[in-house]
Amino acid sequence: MIHLENYENLSETQKDVLREIGNIGGGNAATALSSILTGRVNMSLPQLHIINVNEIAELLGGPEKEIVGILVTMTGDIQGMLLFLLDKAFTHMLINVLLGKSIDSFENINDMDLSALKEIGNILAGSYINAISTLTGLRIKLFPPDIAVDMVGAILNYPAAQFGAMGDKVLYIEENFSSGQDCVKSHLLIMPELDSLKIMFDRLGV
Amino acid sequence: MSNLIVVGISDFKIARVPDILVTYALGSCVGTCLYDTSLKLAGLSHILLPESSICKNDNNVMKYADTAIVELVRLMERNGASRYRMIAKIAGGANMFASTGTSVGERNVIAVKNELNKLGIRIVAEDTGKNYGRTVEFNPEDGSMLVKSVLHGIRVL
Repeated sequence: MIHLENYENLSETQKDVLREIGNIGGGNAATALSSILTGRVNMSLPQLHIINVNEIAELLGGPEKEIVGILVTMTGDIQGMLLFLLDKAFTHMLINVLLGKSIDSFENINDMDLSALKEIGNILAGSYINAISTLTGLRIKLFPPDIAVDMVGAILNYPAAQFGAMGDKVLYIEENFSSGQDCVKSHLLIMPELDSLKIMFDRLGV
Repeated sequence: MSNLIVVGISDFKIARVPDILVTYALGSCVGTCLYDTSLKLAGLSHILLPESSICKNDNNVMKYADTAIVELVRLMERNGASRYRMIAKIAGGANMFASTGTSVGERNVIAVKNELNKLGIRIVAEDTGKNYGRTVEFNPEDGSMLVKSVLHGIRVL
């Protein structure tokens, strides 16, 4: 087993591997989103962040920014979580395309809309999990998605508390998807636990 | 001119009139406002986790309920306050994702209440639990706690 004490000790090769997983998973996800939205969905290059979990909210527009968070927990050979953060415009676009509506405010989101968004979370999470499984041969199971419409800071309390016991720094792979002229945005944070990273790197020999 | 004094996650600060303490977007975190009623000195703590024992090599006392509250009381007492005149108002401790089982938020609220109980500080108002985020402002002028949320309005406690 390779030696890895915390996220800050990752080698450049290991970081490249994580970016590549983000790339492949992100490509799958963008394709899936494009066919759902019947329009082109662009994906940014994946970025790897190893930062204090308290600083994530600042990077995403400040703690009080209203956002939709879809949480998918990974279990099996890899433990960790995927968190999709959709800004208002992206959320409205998804609901309107999926359900043929024209909502323009978070106050009007109902249970049916939330259920549709969770399904999107499922599809996107599946895209990434397939990428990781294909590359490593590891088995990963996903819990059903959970959703919150709230301040981004409050939503990020969840990973902060989960990872807080292991230290203040977390690792996440960030990808941004955008669509249309409005450039509506979503972020995906993939946060594997440290032990799971070791297992992945071991499998890949890096 | 009043200043907004921002308390981050795993942080605490104190303030006097005319300044106002604020902490943003409490999810499962708990915000504890302490107030010396005669001195009009206020403190606000924002804890992330209930117990410091879960993380061995972490010395941020402001992160955990069992170390933060007592340290904030000490800081306020060094600034002239007395714990015998203090009251507490607390907010936060939500469970942001319903399916995630045992709630850290709930454990945080219990831990904060335990600490306040040990210190003999009475809780006069609370807005805790449920499933939504809260921003808290505390005003040392009148000891009021303003709780703001995205979909559940504003409350003054």
